[in-house]
Amino acid sequence: MAPSAPPGIGLLKGLGVTIKHLFQRPSTLMYPHERDVLAPRTRGVIALMDENCTVCMLCSRECPDWCIYIESHKETVPPAKEGGRARTRNVLDRFAIDFSLCMYCGICVEVCPFDALWWSPEFEYSEYEMGSLLHEMDKLREWADTVPPPPPLDEGAVLPAEVSDALAKVEKERELAAAKELEAKQAAEAPAETAGDAPKKGKAAEPEIHVKAGEIDQETFDRLIAEGKSERMARSKAKAAYVKKEKARLLAEAEAAGGDAEAESPAPKAAEVKVDAGEIDQETFDRLIAEGKPERMARAKAKAAYVKKEKARLRAEAESDTGEGTGADEPAEVPSELGASPEAARQALDADGAATDDDAAPEVAAEAATTEAPAARKLGDIHVEGAGEIDQEVFDQLVAEGKSERIARAKAKAAWVKKQKQAKLDEEGGA
Amino acid sequence: MMLLVTSGVAPYLAQAESILDVGDTFIVPLLLKLAFVLGIFFVVPLVAGYLEHKAMGRMQHRRGPVEAGPFGTLQLVADGIKFIQKEDLIPSAADKWVFAMAPGVALVPAMLALLVIPFGPGVFALDLELGLFYVLAASSVSVLGVLMGGWSSANKFSLFGGLRAGGQLIAYELPLILAAIAVAVQAGTLSLVGIVEAQAEFMLFGTGINLWYVIPQLLGFGIFFVAALAELSRPPFDMPIGDSELVFGYMTEYSGIKYAMYMLTEYAGMVTMSALMVVLYLGGWQLLPGVPLPGCEAAGGLFDCGVTGTLLGVGVMLGKILLLVFVMVWLRVAYPRLREDQLQRIAWLVMVPLALLNLALVTIAKVVY
Amino acid sequence: MSDLDLRQEFLAGTAPGEDIAVQLSGDGQFRTADMSLSIGPAHPATHGVFRIVLDLDGERVREARPVIGYMHRGFEKLAEHRDFRQIFALVNRHDWLSGFSNELGTALAVEKLMEFEVPDRAQWIRMLLAEWNRVLNHLMFIGSYALELGAITPMFYAFREREDIQHLLESATGGRLHFTYNQVGGLKIDLPKGFLAESTQVSSLVRSRLPDYFDLVLGNEIFHGRTKGVGPLPMEVALSLGVSGPTLQATGLPEDPRVTEPYLKYGEIDVEVPVGENGDAFDRFYCLLHRIRVSLDIIDQIHDHIPPGPVNSKLPKMVKAPEGATYVRIENPLGQLGYWLESDGGRTPWRLKMRTPSFSNVQAIPYLMRGQLIPDAVSILGSVFFVVGDIDR
Repeated sequence: MAPSAPPGIGLLKGLGVTIKHLFQRPSTLMYPHERDVLAPRTRGVIALMDENCTVCMLCSRECPDWCIYIESHKETVPPAKEGGRARTRNVLDRFAIDFSLCMYCGICVEVCPFDALWWSPEFEYSEYEMGSLLHEMDKLREWADTVPPPPPLDEGAVLPAEVSDALAKVEKERELAAAKELEAKQAAEAPAETAGDAPKKGKAAEPEIHVKAGEIDQETFDRLIAEGKSERMARSKAKAAYVKKEKARLLAEAEAAGGDAEAESPAPKAAEVKVDAGEIDQETFDRLIAEGKPERMARAKAKAAYVKKEKARLRAEAESDTGEGTGADEPAEVPSELGASPEAARQALDADGAATDDDAAPEVAAEAATTEAPAARKLGDIHVEGAGEIDQEVFDQLVAEGKSERIARAKAKAAWVKKQKQAKLDEEGGA
Repeated sequence: MMLLVTSGVAPYLAQAESILDVGDTFIVPLLLKLAFVLGIFFVVPLVAGYLEHKAMGRMQHRRGPVEAGPFGTLQLVADGIKFIQKEDLIPSAADKWVFAMAPGVALVPAMLALLVIPFGPGVFALDLELGLFYVLAASSVSVLGVLMGGWSSANKFSLFGGLRAGGQLIAYELPLILAAIAVAVQAGTLSLVGIVEAQAEFMLFGTGINLWYVIPQLLGFGIFFVAALAELSRPPFDMPIGDSELVFGYMTEYSGIKYAMYMLTEYAGMVTMSALMVVLYLGGWQLLPGVPLPGCEAAGGLFDCGVTGTLLGVGVMLGKILLLVFVMVWLRVAYPRLREDQLQRIAWLVMVPLALLNLALVTIAKVVY
Repeated sequence: MSDLDLRQEFLAGTAPGEDIAVQLSGDGQFRTADMSLSIGPAHPATHGVFRIVLDLDGERVREARPVIGYMHRGFEKLAEHRDFRQIFALVNRHDWLSGFSNELGTALAVEKLMEFEVPDRAQWIRMLLAEWNRVLNHLMFIGSYALELGAITPMFYAFREREDIQHLLESATGGRLHFTYNQVGGLKIDLPKGFLAESTQVSSLVRSRLPDYFDLVLGNEIFHGRTKGVGPLPMEVALSLGVSGPTLQATGLPEDPRVTEPYLKYGEIDVEVPVGENGDAFDRFYCLLHRIRVSLDIIDQIHDHIPPGPVNSKLPKMVKAPEGATYVRIENPLGQLGYWLESDGGRTPWRLKMRTPSFSNVQAIPYLMRGQLIPDAVSILGSVFFVVGDIDR
């Protein structure tokens, strides 16, 4: 079949390769004395942080081998505040993973919504008896100390939403701080030219446009109701739309009032106005005490109210000071202004607020920049005593509809409270 | 160009004195020689085995044994102890007596061959006039042990291994013997000690350059080496063992001490064959061609060397043996296995003609010059 | 299959009263006895529990009958009860040397059925890891085939390279053999920082060590003697038996799904297909070795192509494939791997049939072994690259 060839060059080459390796350093890792550094993602053993576990049972369900054993019981927790309802909580009794069955697929770690399960690169847990491979909760908690931090992702990767949001926030804060520093420096150097620098401030601090949320955008509301959405959802979306529109409008105004050369943002922003917190607004305090709120809460709210009022006052003062300075506006400049800083605009608004942007642009007019409507009192500000009464009508209606008595009672209570608050509001409004 | 020693007949003292022939009694030298042979037999193969493990490991980019003893030197000792304490299994269908005797039949001749091989100036057990003949004959008896083991195991794989081994070993006896004969012809004697002495006096024609037989008989050396590998069933000629095909060939059913005996046979055989090669071709215990051992005066630096000279001689001999063992290991590491028919083809169609050619040339040169 | 069934099957070919161990044959002149030798199921030569029954005349093989099923684990049945996330952990394991390719095939099948868009970055990274898996697999077979022939060192060299590659893959996927890195619609998580740099390094490292295999094994005359002319497989026979992969390419046909029906992004890069001449064991080994080089070339190309972006898309809480069936064919390191996925709209597949390359490759063994000597039979067995788990699933 094969000729018996005399030794040729191939044989000598083979000898050459082996003798070359004789003189190279062996690639042996002397295991018990030296250990390899394993990657952070290595699937060695599963660790449990039981304080995060809410016993949702997802890991146990998804495990292809059914090697996770969970036992729990329910406990009731007394209500956090008076008048609240008692909550039930799942308490973890037993969480065991049988590593003799586990196939290290990682599905449990992947599905855990509460970050209770983690991978750890530890692998040296062999036992003499197979039963000892069933690790109970305490042992799994010990493994949690060996979990390494996840490695940073590749440059081209998309960061997870939480991480990218946090990074964006840090970026913004950094920009803000830088802008503030710049302003402070310039204010120190040339106080007289503060006005000229304001547009920069304004642009940097654009995201600070604040609109008091509470009002709804009637258009949006009607549209959504017509589409068949529930009232609550329609109301919340309408509120959001209102805020968006207001901000766009204010921004446009700011652009109009500003201009690259001169003038400024509608107002030095709330963040730039410093008020010494410590004083309380007596009015608010008295009102709240009268309503029956505990003193500590009343004091806290009064303090907040004071700060707010002071800021508003200071702002109004500043505006009135600078408002005259911005006499001559060039409407012609505005569109370019708007066009020149689309990013700034986008920063302040959502990406799909583009429509409102375009709407807002033509509306530009040199209006007074005050944005705050007189603070209207809402239902939420009113406190009603005795939230235990039910609105009989609503109750009967719900029971008739077939709802369970418990639900009907809860809803009836809520309805009653609402009615009371509405009545009070009308009173005040009327008065 | 193989030229004879100028003086015609080798000035060889028949029956050289061994240093172990102390005293006048019969029993003391006997015991000493026994101890000597057994000592060599149980120590040097282990050293060879250690060399194999380490060298093989390093060539494979790993370390070899490191845990047993310093640098893993006691690994084979540990292996021996392990084998001794193992259960001795005999398959129920096996031919019990033959099965039990086979390793012994393979082992003892390897031991016997060491009787006549000199390891240094005067360091040998016996100097027979027919030393070479005796060695070759004794080592051929091991073939029987292999065949017995293969047949009596009542296992098809073992049978295959045994039959293959039988065929292979018989086939390669011929080139081995022919090459050895060529050396004997050139040296003029069959005594191994005499052959070493003859190499000490061999001069290239017309010049005073002393050469060992490996230079003029390079072809013979190659043939002997390859044939020795085949005799020992070492890779690339290890078809009888055929690791991946026949599990372990004729040794499949052996466990414990019997298996250890087979392994010892292999390593002892390596040592014996290497020693034979050193004696026949590489000048025995001489340091370099033409350079006598320090301390040796008589007979051109061959005998009466004093303690240091003798020890140095033994050291040189062992060094050369281990060098050849290293080459055997090197070949094992680098080459795949030859198929049985290719093996046989090489033996009969290549090696035997070349060996005959070698013999013819030596004889002609001896006669002519 | 119990031993009893095997015995029945074996006996079926013998007349009553005949001893099954030794069957007498003979033309009347020189009566020799045929011997029936069973290589396996536990044998160093077979990669796992695989049994071949050889009918021997002396050392010549008359008939070879592979007996499979010793490693049947019921994968296809198990797959019917695993949802589309658990299934990746399962398919990793039938061909354990090419775990990533198996996952890839399943992922492609599910995505095809769901018409799910996979982001570009995920496709490129999948290709990268699939090629690394291919290198891993081929290195293993180079080592083990050389070992079967008696060359003990290439195994160690191959495993040294494998260690480096496995370390690389472990940093991204967490596993060295079973990766579970794919999910429906992409990959589970993106690559860690520094992976691509290390991948480049390992690629040049492996490439620098390839000449050792050429010198030590491929160029060795003894190796030539053992493999040249041994077990030649003609192209028509190979095609009719359904052989694929390097075994088929060795017969001279450059059939490779990466080139003929490109999946992922193979259409955008250059894939070379090494072919042999006459399909003998030497050509099969030659193709295997060259495929490593080709895979390294592909890996180097991919490094330049990976775009930034997401590696997965948002999946619904419960992944359900719509009703329907689809077949996806990819190039596993061992050959052509196909998945037939049939879904009834539920969370688990209705039927997942795996067309595994080893199953078809093994069918060439009776043809190849007929008339060969035993050592050649072992050489052939090693050269038809297969993994027993792949045969039996």
